[in-house]
Amino acid sequence: MKIIKHKNIFLGFSVLLVIASIASIFIYGLRPSIDFAGGVLVEISYPETRPPITTLEEGLNSLDLGVYSLRPSGENGITLRARALSETERTRVLGVLLEGETVVVERFNNIGPAIGAELKGKATVALSLVVFMIILFITFAFRKVSKPVASWKYGLVAIVALIHDLIIPTGVFAILGYYLGYEIDALFVTALLAIFGYSVADTIVVFDRIRENLKLKDEYRTNESFEETAGKSLSQTVSRSFNTSFTTALALGALYVLGPSSTNHFALTLLVGIVAGTYSSIFLAAPLLVVLEKWQKKVL
Amino acid sequence: MFGKRISAVIIVLVACAIGFFVYNSEQGNSEYAFKLGLDLDGGTQLVYKADVSGVESSQVSEAMTALKDVIERRVNVFGVSEPLVQVEEGGVISGNSEQRLIVELPGVTDIDKAVDVLGKTPLLEFKLQRDNLPQSQEEIENLGPDDVFVSTNLTGRFLQKAELQFAQQNTGLGEPSVLLMFNTEGKELFAKLTKDNTGKVLAIFLDGVAISVPVIREEISDGRAVISGGFSIEEARVLVRNLNLGALPVPIELVGSQVVGATLGHDAVQAGVIAGMYGFLLIAIFLLAWYRLPGFLAIISLAIYVVVMLALFKLIPVTMTAAAIAGFVMSLGMAVDANVLVFERMREEIASGKSIQESIKEGFSRAWSSVRDSNISNIITASILFWFGTSLIKGFALVLMLGVVVNLITAIGVNRLLLYVFAPRGTESGPISRFLFGKGFGK
Repeated sequence: MKIIKHKNIFLGFSVLLVIASIASIFIYGLRPSIDFAGGVLVEISYPETRPPITTLEEGLNSLDLGVYSLRPSGENGITLRARALSETERTRVLGVLLEGETVVVERFNNIGPAIGAELKGKATVALSLVVFMIILFITFAFRKVSKPVASWKYGLVAIVALIHDLIIPTGVFAILGYYLGYEIDALFVTALLAIFGYSVADTIVVFDRIRENLKLKDEYRTNESFEETAGKSLSQTVSRSFNTSFTTALALGALYVLGPSSTNHFALTLLVGIVAGTYSSIFLAAPLLVVLEKWQKKVL
Repeated sequence: MFGKRISAVIIVLVACAIGFFVYNSEQGNSEYAFKLGLDLDGGTQLVYKADVSGVESSQVSEAMTALKDVIERRVNVFGVSEPLVQVEEGGVISGNSEQRLIVELPGVTDIDKAVDVLGKTPLLEFKLQRDNLPQSQEEIENLGPDDVFVSTNLTGRFLQKAELQFAQQNTGLGEPSVLLMFNTEGKELFAKLTKDNTGKVLAIFLDGVAISVPVIREEISDGRAVISGGFSIEEARVLVRNLNLGALPVPIELVGSQVVGATLGHDAVQAGVIAGMYGFLLIAIFLLAWYRLPGFLAIISLAIYVVVMLALFKLIPVTMTAAAIAGFVMSLGMAVDANVLVFERMREEIASGKSIQESIKEGFSRAWSSVRDSNISNIITASILFWFGTSLIKGFALVLMLGVVVNLITAIGVNRLLLYVFAPRGTESGPISRFLFGKGFGK
C-alpha cells in the first residue's frame, strides 16, 4: 500500500499544516464577533417613516463595522447591534442612521456578549470529558486487538487526528479573519462541534477495518506484518471515506452557493474540516499507528 | 418474504403520512408550523431593569452575568429555543449608569405571553429581625419591613436545590413546605448566620414579602432550611420549580417591551430551503449513479430521514434559525454514511461470488461494527455535551443525538428491509440484477 510506504510524506504534510495553522492563529489572532465580545446597541425611532433597511445597510457597510445586525423594531424604529465603537465611529454610525431626518435616539448603550464566559468554562470541561470518554470507549471497543498495538493507542491516535481536524479550519479562519474580516461567532463553534463528531466517527471506521483484518489474520495465522494489515485496511476503506465526504461536500457546496449568505462562513468552515477529517483518517491516523508499532519494536 | 413486503409498504405509507403532516402544518395557521428564529422571523424584546443597589460595585458585572445565566436557562431549557439574552449597560453617554437585561424571544408576538415564558422571577432573601425594636405592638405595625428586618448577605444566589416536602402529620399528608438546600458557600454563610444569631428571628422573604418567619433555635450547619408558609400544593410546586430554575441574584423589573423584526428575513429561509433541495438532489444523483438500485433505495430512506427529522423539529419544537437549517442540510450528506458503508461491503461480497441475498446479509453484518462504533462515539459526544453544555452546545447536542438515532433507524433498519424486498431471490442472479446491485459508472 502506497500510503503506508510514503507515510512520512503524508504525516509531514499534516504536521506542516498544523504548524502553519497554529502560527496563523498566533500571528493573526481570531476576531471574536459580537456574540462573544459584546458591543453597542442603538435604537432609533423615526417619527415620519422608517427608511428601508437596505438603504441603511448600504450606508453601514461602508463603515467597516464587521458583522452587525440591523432589524426593524417597534412601530417605526430600528435596532442596531454592532461591535464596540470609538467616538468618531459613533458619530458616523448615527450619521448614517439619522439620514438627515429628525429622529429620536431611544438607546445608545453598551451590551454584553450573547454567549458569555460561562460557555468557555463549561465547554472546556465538557469537551475534556468527551475526549476522555472517547479514548475510554475506543480502548474498550478495540480491546480484542490489543496486539501488536495497545488499544488505548487507537484512542490516542483518534484524538490526535481530531485535534488536527479542529486546528486546521481554525487556522484557515484566522487567515480569513485577517484578510477578509471573518469573525468567530456562535456558528463557528457549532461548525467545530460538527467537525468533532465527524472526525472521530470517520477515524473509527478506518480503525474498524484494521480491527477486522487483525482478527482475520489471527484466524488464518498468516504472517502479515502490522504495516501490511494497516495498508490493506486503508485500501479497503478509501472509497467509502471518499464517498461519504463527497456526499457531505455536495450538501455543503449547495449550501455555500445557494444558501443564505449568513451561513456561507459556516459552510466553508465545515468544508475545510471535512476535507481535513477525511485526510486525517486515511493519511494520518493509520500511518501514525504503524509508526507507533515500529517505535514499540525498537524499544523492545 | 411476504411479511417483509407488507412492512415495507407500511413504512413507506407512514413516512408519506409524516410527510403530509410536515407539509400540511405549514399551510395556514397550524400550531405545528416551524418555529422560526429571531434572525428569520423576529419576535418580542423585553427589557428588564436590574436593581443592583444592593450589590457592591465591583461585583455588579458578575451579578449581571449570573442573572443572564438564570434567565437564559429558564427560556431555553433544552437549548433549542434560540432566545437572545444580553446584559445592557444603559446611560453610558449620560453617565447615569443603569444595568438592564434584554431578553428576545423568537416567534412570540404577544407581549403578555412573552412575559409568561420568563415565568415568575423569584427573589429569595433572608433577613434578620432588628434588635432594638419598639416595644408596643402598635408601633411595630406602623413600621415597614425594612425597619423591622435587616438584610443579610444570604440570598437565593447560594441555593443549590429546592424540593417540595410534605410535613408528616397524624391525618395523612400535611401541608406542603419547601426545602432549600444551599451550595457549599451558602452552607457556610447559613451556618455562620444561625450560629451568631441564635434566638433571633430570621425571616425568609420571597419577592419582598415575608413568607416565613422562623426563630433560629440552634446553629444549622448542614445548609438546609425549610419554608412552610401555608402554601397550597400548587403554589409550593410552582415555587420549587422557579427556585430550581434559578432564584435571581438581583431583583428585576420589566421596563419595556416591543416587537422586533427579523435580521435576515424570509429570503434567508427560502435560500436555505433551496440549498437543502439541491443538496438532496445532488446526493440522490450520486447515489443513483454510483450504487444503482441500492442507491435508489438509499434515497428513499434518506427521504424518510428528512421527513422524520422535520416532524421532530416541529413537535419538540426546535427553533429553526439560518444556522439550524444549514446544520440540517449538512447532516443529509453525513446521513448516507451508513448506507455507503453497507453498500461498499455488499459490493465486496458480490465481487467474491456470493449471491445477492447472501451479499446483503453479509454486507450489513460486516459493516455493522463500524456503523455501531462510529455512532456510539457520536452518542457519547452528544450526551456529554447535552449534560454539561450551556444552551448553544446543548441545542447542538440534542439535534445531533436525534440525527444519529433517526439515521440508524432509516439508513440501517428501513434500508435493509427495502433491499431484501427488492433483491432477487435464489442463489443465482442474472446479469440485470448483477448490474443493478453493482457499483460505479459503466458496467
